[in-house]
Amino acid sequence: MSKFFKGALSQKSAFAFYKKYGIYVILALTFLFFAFGNETFLSSKNVLNVARQVSMLGIATVAVTFLMIGGGVDLSIGGQVAITGIAAGRLIAFAGFPWPLAVLAAMLLCLGISIANTYFATKLNIFPMIVTLGTMQILNAMSNVATNGVPIYDMPAGLVNLGQGYLGPIPIPVVVFAVVVAIAWFLLYKTYFGRRVFAIGGNPEAARLSGIDVDKSRYAISAIAGFTISIAAILVLARNSSAQPNPVAQLPFDCMTACVLGGISFGGGDGKLGGAIAGVFIIGMLNNGMLLMGVDPNWQGAIKGLVLIAAVGIDCIQRKPKKVKLRHATK
Amino acid sequence: MNDVILQTSNLLKEYPGVIALDKISVAFRDGEVHALVGENGAGKSTLIKCLSGAISPDSGIIELGNEAYSSLTSALAKEKGIAVIHQEFNLVPSLSAAENVFLNAKTSPGFIANTKEREKMAAQIFESMGVSLDPSQTVWGMSPANMQLVEIAKAISGNVKILIMDEPTAPLTTNEVSMLFKIVKDLRSRGVAIIYISHRLEELFEIADRVTVMRDGKLVDTKNIEDVTRQSLISMMTGRVLSNVYPERDQKIGDEILRVEDLCGLGVEHVNFSLRKGEVLGFAGLVGAGRSEIMSVLYGAYPKTCGNVYINGQLVEIKSPSDAVANGIGLIPEDRKNHGLFLFQSARWNITIGIIKQLSSYGVVSAKKEQQTAEEYISRFSIKVSSPDQLVLNLSGGNQQKVVIAKAMALGTDIAIFDEPTRGVDVGAKWEIYKRINELAESGKAVIMISSELPELLAMCDRIVVLCERTQNGCVPKERFSQELILSLASGGEEDIYE
Repeated sequence: MSKFFKGALSQKSAFAFYKKYGIYVILALTFLFFAFGNETFLSSKNVLNVARQVSMLGIATVAVTFLMIGGGVDLSIGGQVAITGIAAGRLIAFAGFPWPLAVLAAMLLCLGISIANTYFATKLNIFPMIVTLGTMQILNAMSNVATNGVPIYDMPAGLVNLGQGYLGPIPIPVVVFAVVVAIAWFLLYKTYFGRRVFAIGGNPEAARLSGIDVDKSRYAISAIAGFTISIAAILVLARNSSAQPNPVAQLPFDCMTACVLGGISFGGGDGKLGGAIAGVFIIGMLNNGMLLMGVDPNWQGAIKGLVLIAAVGIDCIQRKPKKVKLRHATK
Repeated sequence: MNDVILQTSNLLKEYPGVIALDKISVAFRDGEVHALVGENGAGKSTLIKCLSGAISPDSGIIELGNEAYSSLTSALAKEKGIAVIHQEFNLVPSLSAAENVFLNAKTSPGFIANTKEREKMAAQIFESMGVSLDPSQTVWGMSPANMQLVEIAKAISGNVKILIMDEPTAPLTTNEVSMLFKIVKDLRSRGVAIIYISHRLEELFEIADRVTVMRDGKLVDTKNIEDVTRQSLISMMTGRVLSNVYPERDQKIGDEILRVEDLCGLGVEHVNFSLRKGEVLGFAGLVGAGRSEIMSVLYGAYPKTCGNVYINGQLVEIKSPSDAVANGIGLIPEDRKNHGLFLFQSARWNITIGIIKQLSSYGVVSAKKEQQTAEEYISRFSIKVSSPDQLVLNLSGGNQQKVVIAKAMALGTDIAIFDEPTRGVDVGAKWEIYKRINELAESGKAVIMISSELPELLAMCDRIVVLCERTQNGCVPKERFSQELILSLASGGEEDIYE
């Protein structure tokens, strides 16, 4: 009997361990898999490449983390990145704006789109998922119309340096990513604003009745998310040194996958930024590693999907009931 | 009749820091109403969850007829004829009564669900229960009593042998309760074992055959109902002799703090009252009379359509809960899980969330101030937690309620609105909540108390405002308090509308 009891306990603590640290175990496994499976994976050139790619995805995921913990979601962030890049590109290439000014204007546009999403969601009382499904379609269409499907080339060197340059040995996007994560962590966990993000995501009605101005907090969250997305957009523009009509179509889904892998609750109000960042690295390494190993790009989405379902699935497994063999007790 | 149908032996369930079930062995027989009582946190809910397959016990055996299990699943429990009516409704609001009754039942062979036929079958079940309810009506917008009937119909639609009812009378009015009892007695005569959980001890003497008392995860005793009294049950539940159900209060009534003139909103009209410091003002009325509604209008949770609110003689405009909080009004909502608490956060987090800005400097939360505030309120309201970091989800109902009170009072509340503060709370915790309310009044705060339990209002309040059919129908001062008067005002002097 006591043996059985012990067994149950250790099984239980294994589950508890997985719940808490599982994401990091998966991260380590992914790393080891590619590190041993492919010799170029750990080459300094590739590591820097992965770091740069991960930075773009990571910055966007920080925005999505804020939105999801606050009980929201944004499917239009891919379109936001596209339209922000195109706006900056057009201002530079066709209107002759100095690039810092063009970048600033484009970032404000992105901020505006994000706030507009929240405006429609709160004022018209539409689910954020539906509002942003709409804006996703609109922004994608506008990106194609504004570029005619042709990228805008020839970005100034100063701007391109942001995406391709280095600060010491470290690529500039990686530095930006680190700063964004640090600020986001501080905002979420150290400020009263962060508390309110968790509060309105966890239980909006209780938050409202506690005297929290829920709408105001939602606008603040979308402003932060929009600003963060605009940073990612400028880095994408700078790295490509051209404004593409649709540079990151998969972005919202990759970000949400990273968040969910990292334990951010889809219902809002729960989750850790560290988990989401680990999720970003998993997605980033999968993208890069599969490419290096020559996995058919058409299959890459399937692998990511399987990893997501497997990782979340283990988390949710419940023990099956056991019938015990016993003498029947007297009635 | 009266064979053991369900039996547990040495059921053990541990949660971090607490033994929820400590080797519980209890037997339930068919054709009996077996009451399960105990304070919040005594382990009743955990036991029921084990019996219905919602959770697995750590060790011990559950015997069903001739089979023994170490744990059950919901599907297995259902297959064996165990049905549960939970305290919270488990209905799909957008579907009809009939579809809810047969939510997971195939009523005819093949793929096609015949709506007409399902409604007819549901109607038959309602008829067998002796109630008239339109099976095609959607649950959305039903009264709590009708929802309860749908729950019961759903539970007995299958081949139910053991029916577990958790606080079935909590949302019901007196007439509805007697209807429920008729249904329960009818099920009993058909040989169903009924496990009946209630905090209303009086009703056990009317409905139960045997009663099992639990305390702190342990089984205290199982007795025939003839062999116990209300008093002996309470002392078994609390482990102490409770002399007084309602604590005493020093009446120190001061100046007027709140005056409400002709307040209307959410369909409630023309409510007038004033409230003094140190006073406890009751709000009585039948379910649906508009008590909670007018209070949420006062609190700014819903817009008012007319009327003026004065605080300390000053006209104030309250357009949102944050305005109310700024004016010193605090609300302890009736639905504490959905409107009062952040279940997946700690007690500390919940207590401080409303004033977290004040505990911050330059936007940064001071962990020290936060901890101090939490500890201060935890001790002031005697909240039983293993540490301030304990998740509110894992607290008992009474302690959750105290967290909600602490959260509201931390906001600097001068006027506290308690909406059904003791609903679903056991005798011991009730007494503590009364005590906290009295202490608030003694310290000069003004209290508004909405309650469906008339004895509680009569004992606690200085005056009682009675609402009837969404308008005010009198305000009774203490010297004229009587159950008859308030009931008659609440029903408007007309026939009982809840026939």
